[in-house]
Amino acid sequence: MASATHLVTPEEAHSDAPLEAVVVRFAGDSGDGMQLTGGQFTLSTALAGNDLATFPDFPAEIRAPQGTTFGISAFQINFGSSAIETAGDAPDVLIAMNPAALRVNVAALKPGGLIIADVGEFGARNLAKAGYATNPLEDGSLAKWQLIPFNISQLTLDAVKPFGLGNKEALRCKNMWTLGLALWMFDRDKAPIEEWVRTKFAKAPELAEANIAALRAGHAYGETAEIGGQIPQRHLDPAPAEPGLYRTVTGAEAISIGLVAGAQLAGLPMFFGGYPITPASAILHHLSRLKEYGVTTFQAEDEIAAIGSAIGASFAGSLGVTSSSGPGIALKAEAMGLAIMTELPLVIINSQRGGPSTGLPTKTEQSDLYQAVYGRNGDAPMPVIAARSPADAFDCAIEACRIATQFMTPVMLLTDGYIANAAEPWKVPDMTDYQPFPVHFHDEAPAEGKAVNPYARDEKLARVWIKPGTPGLTHRIGGIEKNAATGHIDYAPANHQAMTDVRANKVLNVRSSIPDQEVTLGEEGGRLVVVGWGSTFGPIHQAVRRARARGLDVSHVHLRHIWPMPRNLGDLLKSYDRIIVPEMNTGQLKTVLRDQYLVDAKPVTKVSGQPFKIAEIEAAIEDALA
Amino acid sequence: MNEMTKLTAKDFATDQEVRWCPGCGDYAVLKAVQRTMPELGVRPENVVFVSGIGCSSRFPYYMETYGFHTIHGRAPTFATGIKLANPELDVWIITGDGDALSIGGNHTMHVLRRNLDCQILLFNNEIYGLTKGQYSPTSRVGTRSPSTPFGSVDRPASPCAFALGSGARFVARGIDVHKNLPEVLKAAHAHKGASFVEIYQNCVVYNDDIFAPFTAKENAGNQLWLKAGEPMLFANRSKGIALDRESLSLKVVDVDGGDWAAAGVIVHDPRNRSIAHMLVEMPFGAFPTALGVLYEDPAPTFESAVAEQNSKASAGKAPNLQALVGKGQSWEVTKEPHVI
Ligand SMILES: Cc1ncc(C[n+]2csc(CCOP(=O)(O)OP(=O)(O)O)c2C)c(N)n1
Ligand code: SF4
Ligand SMILES: [Mg+2]
Repeated sequence: MASATHLVTPEEAHSDAPLEAVVVRFAGDSGDGMQLTGGQFTLSTALAGNDLATFPDFPAEIRAPQGTTFGISAFQINFGSSAIETAGDAPDVLIAMNPAALRVNVAALKPGGLIIADVGEFGARNLAKAGYATNPLEDGSLAKWQLIPFNISQLTLDAVKPFGLGNKEALRCKNMWTLGLALWMFDRDKAPIEEWVRTKFAKAPELAEANIAALRAGHAYGETAEIGGQIPQRHLDPAPAEPGLYRTVTGAEAISIGLVAGAQLAGLPMFFGGYPITPASAILHHLSRLKEYGVTTFQAEDEIAAIGSAIGASFAGSLGVTSSSGPGIALKAEAMGLAIMTELPLVIINSQRGGPSTGLPTKTEQSDLYQAVYGRNGDAPMPVIAARSPADAFDCAIEACRIATQFMTPVMLLTDGYIANAAEPWKVPDMTDYQPFPVHFHDEAPAEGKAVNPYARDEKLARVWIKPGTPGLTHRIGGIEKNAATGHIDYAPANHQAMTDVRANKVLNVRSSIPDQEVTLGEEGGRLVVVGWGSTFGPIHQAVRRARARGLDVSHVHLRHIWPMPRNLGDLLKSYDRIIVPEMNTGQLKTVLRDQYLVDAKPVTKVSGQPFKIAEIEAAIEDALA
Repeated sequence: MNEMTKLTAKDFATDQEVRWCPGCGDYAVLKAVQRTMPELGVRPENVVFVSGIGCSSRFPYYMETYGFHTIHGRAPTFATGIKLANPELDVWIITGDGDALSIGGNHTMHVLRRNLDCQILLFNNEIYGLTKGQYSPTSRVGTRSPSTPFGSVDRPASPCAFALGSGARFVARGIDVHKNLPEVLKAAHAHKGASFVEIYQNCVVYNDDIFAPFTAKENAGNQLWLKAGEPMLFANRSKGIALDRESLSLKVVDVDGGDWAAAGVIVHDPRNRSIAHMLVEMPFGAFPTALGVLYEDPAPTFESAVAEQNSKASAGKAPNLQALVGKGQSWEVTKEPHVI
């Protein structure tokens, strides 16, 4: 199961790649509703009990000219009867709504894979826009795949005719027709989707009925003799899963509710300051609907104001949270330094995307690790943790809140575009399993004649948190260096040395509150370890599993705590002969590992904006062992 | 301190050594604020001074209240978070002309537009004091400074015009050493919403006497102190401000024998936004400098609107974390896991 709670059984670890798994990619114009189709197909897959992982791939342009290759939006889902951890390397089925969608996606399709194409969109104009000189559906160029072309556009128009929609509106139902066909292909129940359509179009019942008619028509098309058994139907058994209640969750949802849970476990109201940016905005959107949980959201004028307001709220006794992506995180850097200097709790979420600068806003990358660990002026240490999957993001968000409030420090939580948008099944946690970590505000006024010291510390080195409004404890904080004993401005050399050390040591003390690093798959010691962090979890895990099934001596270690790292990590890494570090950047964790442990960690890098394929990491494992 | 004790200016002063240059106008403002606080009926623990960076922004360290010395230009952002997190706090923003209008112009605009309930004291010395005297966005054309040895060439911003343009509902002006400053501060505090106060502050080191043409004792006749419901008179009531109805602009008129009405002098109505725009734009020389409360017209505050929406949206919904994590379309797996 692609969830944080899933433990790989020995059988799974030694079994080969799951046979009972299918990868389907829906691709169409950005206006064709492919993300919606994919989302609903995901839901039906989850309801059928299959394990799954998805990969939504958006165009950078909101509404690129119709029919062009750069306006193509795709949604890939991998599902099956056993553990699924990636969105799949190569699709088995490609549903192409127009020539551009075919052109952009067909190369990825497995040899012998199935192409379903809407002939109705393969007119001369669209072919030209996609850059086809001749019609690929007719010129034999798709011979190595199985091609099933038919006129989805016309079939949809026929199906919704009774509802009297205009041509444009009627054609909008194409995605529902396609979804209906896909539901039939994998033996799925239509009822939950119909229910969803009715709620979605509650205000326009005729649109609801038209969409349902299209959905049913697509389904019936697969069922009837019309296509003479051309389209294969497959049934996949449910994947084994621990009994319990499940739901699907995206990373953005998991982070949002994880933050709410974290604030509640700390016993604090939450303040969230944000400024829209892809792919981080979804967190702001989710949280703005959760006001009854003591959440205040604030869309600020820019990222600096977003973090400034969050720090201000923390000063006033809330749990301040802010979230952005690379360019916005860069803008927040100066204020992060202030939060480090004033030792206020703060959670900063970075939904990484391709960089530098605007880079690839809608594509995924892990290239902000240096920025997170090192990217501030001065010696400015800050805990950094990274989520490995959408479901894991829930626990990571809670962990970030815990560290921030227990150690009086900003904490950065790294996630990425892939995790933010991808959905996976998630076993709904029992919230009574989570240990609360209530915050204590310092409220005892000092004895007569004694001064307030806002930098008084506990045994962890965390300073006291005093809320404005507390009588007898008025004090001033700020970015200028302060005396360790009085909290007053102090530039003395020995004091700055002492305060710099204490800030660093406080952050290092986080290590005593986190578990030792485990071997995620395999054993301590051996010929090779693959070290990963963040969303490369799925492909690394599967690749290591396959390699082990073939008898290779390789293990997988996946880090949640990027800074500080678990105490035992150095010894653990040194127990292997070789270390490779696959990352969607040019080798950032690799550098940190080399620096911290003087180990010969070797990079395996990919910065194409696409996640790693299992096969790519398998090849890297073979290379490393050669 | 118990509720009964009457607080004095001293109760609002810290034991910290004040580190401005001797003779700096900041001292006078600090004294005025410390003297005003006891009259506002506030408890020190409920007051927060938030500042950016600059000479003026050192201010919070000298106030025995809560204080946050933040980063350059961003004080309004911290103040916004503080006030949203705890609307009960009495929030004061201390900023300079560079802090508020150069690096922090964006935040100044938005805190005013949103109408966060706070007092914003902009110490305008028309110079960057802390960084040793470079010209600032309020410096006049031709200002010679280390970075403009041949004189600055760009035209200055007018803080009060900027504030009005940003949607401020309270705009006032004061002078660091003038006895009226506490009155202006009290009015700013009494106003619910963002109160913008430009204080002409003398930087003795880098821009000495730049405001003397109207602040010096002998030039007091160039000060137009505005009072709601009273005629706009200055220079010992010998002159007044009238409206030129042809050109829709202000003009200076002579007042003979105290008959200001005959001279067409207008009566100050702080709610008149159009007149306020004209008052802040009056070119000095031909006109006096308008001081006191130039404009005041309260509107709902940002933090109250946020709190109201938060409570409306939460009404009747019991927060249930377990329900939240299980929300959406879910399914039950009942079988024991089988080995594959
Ligand atoms: C990000 C950043 N840029 C530049 C500076 C340097 N700096 C500090 S104060 C200041 C200008 C202060 O001028 P003003 O706001 O007018 O305050 P004054 O010192 O005149 O009271 C500058 C440029 C800084 N501290 N931070
Ligand atoms: S430099 Fe100017 S503004 Fe700064 S403390 Fe000295 S006199 Fe005051
Ligand atoms: Mg200045």
